[in-house]
Amino acid sequence: MSSTETPEATPVVDTDRDSFVAEIRARLGSAVLDSFVKPGDDIWIRLAADTWVDSVRTMRDDLGLDYFEFLSAIDWMPSPFGKGEEDPTAEPAEKDTTIRQGYAGGDTRFQVLLRLESLRGKPAVNVKVDLDDSMTIGSISSVFAGANWHEREAGEMFGITFAGHPDQRNMYLPSDFEGHPLRKDFPLLARVIKPWPGIVDVEPLPGGDEEGGDE
Amino acid sequence: MSALLAIDMPYWLQTILRVLGGTVAVLLPAGTIVYVFLFKMMSFMQSRLGPMEAGPYGSLQLFAEVGKWLQKEDLYPDRADKFIFKIAPIVVLTSTFLLVAVVPFGPDAWFTNFEAGVFYALAVSSVSVLGILIAGWASANKYSLLGGLRAAGQLIAYELPMVLAVIGVVIQAGSMNFQEIVMAQNAGEIFGWNGIGNPYILTQMVGFIIFMIAVQAELTQTPFDMPIAESELVSGYMTEYSGFRFLMFFIGEFATAGVFSLIAAALFLGGWGIPFAWFGWDSMDSIDNWMNIVGPLIMFTKMMVLSGIIMWVRFSYPRFREDQLQKFAWKVLIPVSLLNIMATAILKVAF
Amino acid sequence: MTMLGDRQQLAYIASQAADARVNVELETEGMTLNIGPQHPATHGTLRIICRLDGEQVVWAEPSCGYMHRGYEKLTEVRTFPQVTALVNRIDWLGSFANEVPFILAAEKLMGIEAPPRAQVIRTILFELSRIANVGLFLGDLGVQLGAVTPVFLAFRDREYVLNLIESATGGRFHPNFDRIGGLKDDLPAGWIEETRAVMKKLQGFCDQMEDLLFGNEIFLARTKGIGIIPRDVAMQYGLSGANLRASGIDHDLRRDTSLPMAWNKADWKVWTHTDGDAFARCWVRLQETRESCKIVEQLLDVIPSGPIMTKVPKIIKVPEGEAWVATENPLGEMGYYVVSKGDLGPFRVKIRSASFNNMSVTPWLLKGVYVPDVITILASLYFILGDLDR
Repeated sequence: MSSTETPEATPVVDTDRDSFVAEIRARLGSAVLDSFVKPGDDIWIRLAADTWVDSVRTMRDDLGLDYFEFLSAIDWMPSPFGKGEEDPTAEPAEKDTTIRQGYAGGDTRFQVLLRLESLRGKPAVNVKVDLDDSMTIGSISSVFAGANWHEREAGEMFGITFAGHPDQRNMYLPSDFEGHPLRKDFPLLARVIKPWPGIVDVEPLPGGDEEGGDE
Repeated sequence: MSALLAIDMPYWLQTILRVLGGTVAVLLPAGTIVYVFLFKMMSFMQSRLGPMEAGPYGSLQLFAEVGKWLQKEDLYPDRADKFIFKIAPIVVLTSTFLLVAVVPFGPDAWFTNFEAGVFYALAVSSVSVLGILIAGWASANKYSLLGGLRAAGQLIAYELPMVLAVIGVVIQAGSMNFQEIVMAQNAGEIFGWNGIGNPYILTQMVGFIIFMIAVQAELTQTPFDMPIAESELVSGYMTEYSGFRFLMFFIGEFATAGVFSLIAAALFLGGWGIPFAWFGWDSMDSIDNWMNIVGPLIMFTKMMVLSGIIMWVRFSYPRFREDQLQKFAWKVLIPVSLLNIMATAILKVAF
Repeated sequence: MTMLGDRQQLAYIASQAADARVNVELETEGMTLNIGPQHPATHGTLRIICRLDGEQVVWAEPSCGYMHRGYEKLTEVRTFPQVTALVNRIDWLGSFANEVPFILAAEKLMGIEAPPRAQVIRTILFELSRIANVGLFLGDLGVQLGAVTPVFLAFRDREYVLNLIESATGGRFHPNFDRIGGLKDDLPAGWIEETRAVMKKLQGFCDQMEDLLFGNEIFLARTKGIGIIPRDVAMQYGLSGANLRASGIDHDLRRDTSLPMAWNKADWKVWTHTDGDAFARCWVRLQETRESCKIVEQLLDVIPSGPIMTKVPKIIKVPEGEAWVATENPLGEMGYYVVSKGDLGPFRVKIRSASFNNMSVTPWLLKGVYVPDVITILASLYFILGDLDR
């Protein structure tokens, strides 16, 4: 984009992407639950969870989306902890916990997010898949070998089970780690504000003698 | 030390003098090589200054380093075979000292004038393999083990071209005695012209190149430093050594470079001698006594040139892979050196 | 006399037994070698578990996470301008290049664009950080293969580039200079002339590296035909950057996407190689460094005058939406998938780092190679631990 173009000059209707979405819909049929096109920017489509491995394979083989970009997940629940910067002494404000999904909609709290690109000149596509409460979804590592590590990472960070994954171990976390760090209800301990201990500035050691503090 | 002086010296005094002389002959080249090449030339090539603080231009850096190593704790791994682990560096260093014993430094300045000197030198030089192998084995470390095994394979493979390269010289000189070889070179003449004697580097160029390559591999210097391979095996068989045992390996590495340079100088560059025709000498007995002083200096100069080449190659090349190295030894060096022997023998008979 | 003596008979039996044993496959046990977490070839704390048969790798698997800093979680509790300080540390050798895609994503969501002057300066700094990064790679390559000298030259010449980055941004390694809507400061006086001189030096550095390494027989023997990644495998694993281009895929985001940056104002070439081996990857990187120098030299001539910051509110609230921006970073394609909820900070940031995808090919690639080739392959894939673990 040259510098003379202003943001207003971006086309309002993106025929390339619109026709590509139509092609995807025609090819995948009812597997496409929803789609969204941001003109001049990107495509978002939402696939049905039960057939999504086949859909991705079709997209790779028939729709020219042959380049695997990344796979991850999104937890759409607003964080109950906020930014961890609230005044700890004040009464915590009422938090809006309604779940609002992003582009291409969604029904569940967790969504798997996959981005595929094409090296044959087709537009790139962001794929979203709803995850139900079983937190289980098919693994696409048989379609894109590179998804192997991404699924391992998403699995440990969000607690998703990828059915059919060859070896879903933890990627980063220790194997005995409890919890799933990227879920919004996982507190980021570094940002949790503890009340200033006041006069007593020696905190009792965890597990230590309760009377060990300065009294 | 000298045969002339030995007449009025008791045997024990001779022994002490020889041991002292041998120590100097090993440690002095090692120290000089480390300072001049490892510290300064390498720094110059890498556009940096190198050590500058200890002494003028960092010339005392080596003493500082040695002091540092001596102060360090003598560590050994918990599961190591401790006795073998401890003697391994001594074995390596011993082979260096044994090696210098046959190198002549002057008409009378030799430690031992051994008839089969060349044979002895080549035999003793492979003792260090044992030290390296047991160091790798006894460290109880997988990297060390790999390093030790690589070293064993490599040193055995390069022993052969080295021996074969020297055979050409032996055929030409008609002797296995280092003194005789030096004599033959300096008393020789090239088609009747005796201005520079006949250093065998001219007639045995192929042998010299093969010998230097084999020395490079024998010393485990880059491009043949797979047993050490900092980026792969994290120093290989030396990984677990610290303190003065590491120092021994370190000295062994550079002292052996010096001693092999001395041997190469004696075999190919005319050794301690200057062309005898310059002063009208014709045999060993007619050489003036001052050559016993000048000889070692000439040897030292030649040693510096040759070890300079060794170090130069070391600092400029990447390293081979183990299998490529074996291929190079068995498929290139050994056939070429065999051809060299054949050519030498034929020409020797022909002339 | 046909009867054999006792001793002879025993020897005969023993020799028969020995002959029989020769053809029996001995039950040997493989050795597990941990390369890392502390190992000079892993550029940090990566552990590669190798199962060895002799010197041959039977099975290898990297074990990551020794440096995982949880940036995706940390971004969720920071405001948009604060995030650049974090993402700086992902690929620590080319820090500025990490900031750019995130800032571009935020700008995309806000519907603003940096003024032309800022775009050009951004591109110049982006390319400078590429030169600093890949220049060091070229030197490091030598060390991994056993040549000690190139790395010192690389450190020496990277210093010039770092000095430039420092004088422009105030930070040598972590500039944190990019802002939503432009840049923090304008260029200092005399910077352009100095940059021109340094680019001359860096071109010389590239020539020197080509002489020192790429013309060396041993280097060729060590890298040619090692770790070949075919085209389709490269695409399946989502390899990017020089690793992708070395497999013969002509894909460079600087040319192929229309980002508000100034790459299209310079005349440069995307280099590819058809071999897909370690040599091809290194060679493509060398050519890329040269091209970067060319880009910088050309862009220095076309820096427009004008402001370096567009109008943005004091407190930046990014409208609700989702955006993906990826740029061709020194290590490969680096992208941010930013989800905003109209808040001060991002709701979710997925950091797609180049090394993660590039390294995910290693279990496939390291099968059956020799231990020294493991080092060559790791060096040629060129990962940075911060980029791998994030």
